[in-house]
Amino acid sequence: MLSRLKTMKKTTRSNLITFGIVIVFYLVVQILSGAGLTTRSFEGQLVPICAYVVLAISLNLTVGFLGELSLGHAGFMSVGAFSGVLLWTLVGDSLPAFVAIPLAFIVGGIVAGIFGVIVGVPVLRLSGDYLAIVTLAFGEIIKNIINALYLGVDENGVHFSLTDANSMGLSADGETLINGAMGITGIKKASTFTIGFVLILITLIVILNLINSRTGRAIMAIRDNEIAAQSVGINLTRFKLTAFVVSAVFAGFAGVLYGLNYSSLVASRFDYNTSIQILVFVVLGGIGSIRGSIIAAALLTVLPEVLRGLQDYRMLIYAIVLIVVMIFNQSPQIIAWRKRIIGRFSSKKGEPEKKEVA
Amino acid sequence: MKKLISAALASAMVLSLAACGSTGDSSSAASGTGDSTAATAEASAAGETTPIKLGGIGPVTGANAQYGTAVKNGEQLAVDEINAAAGYTVFELSFEDDESDSEKAVNAFNKLLDDGMQVLLGPVTSDPSISVAAECASENIFMLTPSASSQDVVDSGAGNAFQMCFTDPNQGKTAADYIAANSLGTAIGIIYDSSDAYSTGIYTAFQAEAEAKGLEIVQTSSFTADNNTDLSTQVSQCQQAGADLVFLPIYYQQASQVLIAANNIGYEPAFFGCDGMDGILSIDGFDTSLANDLMLLCPFSAYGEDETTKTFVAAYQAAYTETPNQFAADAYDCVYAVYQCLQDGVITPDMSAEDMCDALKTAFTSMTFSGTTGENQTWAADGTITKDPKVYQVQDGAYVLMSSKQ
Repeated sequence: MLSRLKTMKKTTRSNLITFGIVIVFYLVVQILSGAGLTTRSFEGQLVPICAYVVLAISLNLTVGFLGELSLGHAGFMSVGAFSGVLLWTLVGDSLPAFVAIPLAFIVGGIVAGIFGVIVGVPVLRLSGDYLAIVTLAFGEIIKNIINALYLGVDENGVHFSLTDANSMGLSADGETLINGAMGITGIKKASTFTIGFVLILITLIVILNLINSRTGRAIMAIRDNEIAAQSVGINLTRFKLTAFVVSAVFAGFAGVLYGLNYSSLVASRFDYNTSIQILVFVVLGGIGSIRGSIIAAALLTVLPEVLRGLQDYRMLIYAIVLIVVMIFNQSPQIIAWRKRIIGRFSSKKGEPEKKEVA
Repeated sequence: MKKLISAALASAMVLSLAACGSTGDSSSAASGTGDSTAATAEASAAGETTPIKLGGIGPVTGANAQYGTAVKNGEQLAVDEINAAAGYTVFELSFEDDESDSEKAVNAFNKLLDDGMQVLLGPVTSDPSISVAAECASENIFMLTPSASSQDVVDSGAGNAFQMCFTDPNQGKTAADYIAANSLGTAIGIIYDSSDAYSTGIYTAFQAEAEAKGLEIVQTSSFTADNNTDLSTQVSQCQQAGADLVFLPIYYQQASQVLIAANNIGYEPAFFGCDGMDGILSIDGFDTSLANDLMLLCPFSAYGEDETTKTFVAAYQAAYTETPNQFAADAYDCVYAVYQCLQDGVITPDMSAEDMCDALKTAFTSMTFSGTTGENQTWAADGTITKDPKVYQVQDGAYVLMSSKQ
C-alpha cells in the first residue's frame, strides 16, 4: 500500500490527501460529538463551514483554473439558495426527506447553472478587470431583483409581483412564499453536517476529476495563454463556459445547503461582501490550490467565532490575522525563510530514511 | 533580523491574546468572589446565591450598529440598576454581536447557550430574530426581543418568542386608522424602504388598511438600502402627486433626508412616521426645526413626564451622554419585565433554562407590565404585545402627545 502511494502520480497522491483531510475531519468531529466533547457553538458552525468550503472550491475553479476573476459568486449562491429552499418549502412536507432534500439540491444547482449560462455567454467575452466588474454587477442585480420579488400561491395558482405584497392579489387563504425584502421565512431546517460532508465529497470528486481531465487541461491552457490555446484549436468559449457553469452549479448547491440551515433567508445576505469573503478564502488558501481553499474556508469561518471573547477588538484582530496569514503565505521573502526552516528539519529527518533506501 | 522581528511580532500577538484571556478570567473571577461575598451577606435575606444569566444578541458592528448599541446600553443600564438596588448580582448580562445576520446570530445564540444563558433578550433586527426564534423553539429557551417587530418572529418562535414592540402590520394598521379617524390628510403619499423588512411590513399593512378606511393614496415611492442617501426624487414625486400627508414608515436617518429635501423645494405637507422615527431629534448636524409638526406613532417619548421615563432618561444620559431612543427603552423594559417575574417568584436563579422558559411563558401571558414604553402592557399567547399606541407631535425640539380620537 505504502509503496503504491510512493509510485503514484503526484496529482493523484495530492488529491487523495485532500480527500483524506476531509474524511478524517468528518470522522474526528463525529467521534468528538458522539462523546459529547464539542460545544454547541462549534457544532452550529459545521454546516456553514461545509457551505463555504464548497463555495471556495467552486470559485477556485473560476479564479484558479480558468484564471478569471469573478466577484459575483454570492449571486449564484443566492439563486441556488432561493430556488432550492422554495422547492423545499413546497414539497418538504409531502415528500419523504430523502427524496425532497436531494431534489432541493438538484433544483438549486440547475437554476444556478442556468444563470451561469445566462451570465457566462455575454460575460466571458470579457476578461480581467472587465469581467470582475460585470460579475460584481450581476451579483447586485440578483440581490435587488430577489429583494423586490413577491411570490405567492393560492387556489387560483401562482401569483407574483415586483412592486409589493398587496399587488399580488392573493386570496385570503393564499400563502406568501417569497416576501420581498423579508425573503423566505419559516423554513424547516434540513441541513446537517453529514449532508454537508457528502456535498463536499461530491464537489471534490467532480471538480478534481474535471481539472485532471482533457477539459481541465484545456481550461488551464486558456488560463496560461489564451492566444496559444486558440492556435492549437481549443474552443475558448466552450471551455470557459464549462468551467464557469460548473462553478455556478456548485455555488448553487452550497446556497441550498446554507439556506436550509436557517429558518429565514434574505437576499441581502448575498451581497458583494459575501462574494469578496469567498474570494478571500480562495486567495488566502492559494489560488489554484483546492486543499488550500478547503482549509482557508474552514479556518476563516471559525476564526471570528473563536475571537468572540475579545469583544470590540474582534474584527480588528480578524483583519490583522488575515494580513499576517496573507504575508506568511505569499511574501517571497517569507516563503524563502519557510523553505530554509523546513529544509533544516527535513534534512535531519531525511538522512536515516535515505540510509534505509540504500 | 527578519527572524527577530517576526519572532517579536508573533510573541507580541501571543502575549496580547493571552493577556486578553487572562484579564477576562481575572475579572470574572473577581466578580465571582464579589458575588459570593455579597451573596453570603444577602443569602439569609433573599436566599439567592447565583445570578440569572441573561443573553443579549444584536448588531454592535456593521450597518445596523446604532440599533444594537442602543439595545445593549438599555439592557446593561437596567441590569446595573437592578443589581445596585438589590445589593448583589441579580442578573448577569452577556451581549454578543450578530452584525444583523442570521448566521452570526445563530452562532451567537449557540455561544450564549454554551456559557449557560437562561433567558434571551434579543436579537434586535427581524431577520436574525426569525432564525434565532426557531432555535429557541427547538431548544425550549425563552426569547424576548426588544425590537424585532416582524410578525414572522413570533410565528417562528412557536410560543417561545415574545416581543416588547408592536408588530409591523399592527403599526401600519394603527397608523392608517389614526390618520383616517383624525382626518389628517386627504391625499396620502408614502415613501418607504423596499429593501427593509420593517419598512415594507408597515407599508403593506398601511396600504391595505388605508384602502379599507377609504384613504386615498396618491403616490407610493420607494428606495433601497443601496440608494438611501438622496431622497429628493421621492419627495418631489409626492409633491407632484399633490400629497398633503406623507407617510414615512422608515428609520430616522432616512426620514431626516426626506425632511431636508422637502424643505429645499418648499414642500410642506404633514409628515407621519412610526417608531423608527424616534431619534430624529438627536441626529448630529440636523436642524431640528425642520422636524416641527412631524407626527410619529411611537410607544416611547424621551420627553415623557411620568416618573419611570424621567428616571430612565436621566440615568441613560448620565451613563451614555445621549438621549435614549425607543430601542434603548424597549431593551430597558425587557430586563424589567423579566425582573418582575423574578420578584413575583415565578422564576428562581437555580432553574434550568428550559424550566425557566415554561415558567416565563405562563407568566408573560397572564401578567401586566408597566414600563417606559407604556402602561399596562399585556402579551397574547403567540408572543405579540398589546399596549396603547401613542401619537406624538414634534414641537420645538420635544414630543408633545397629540390629543386625539382613536
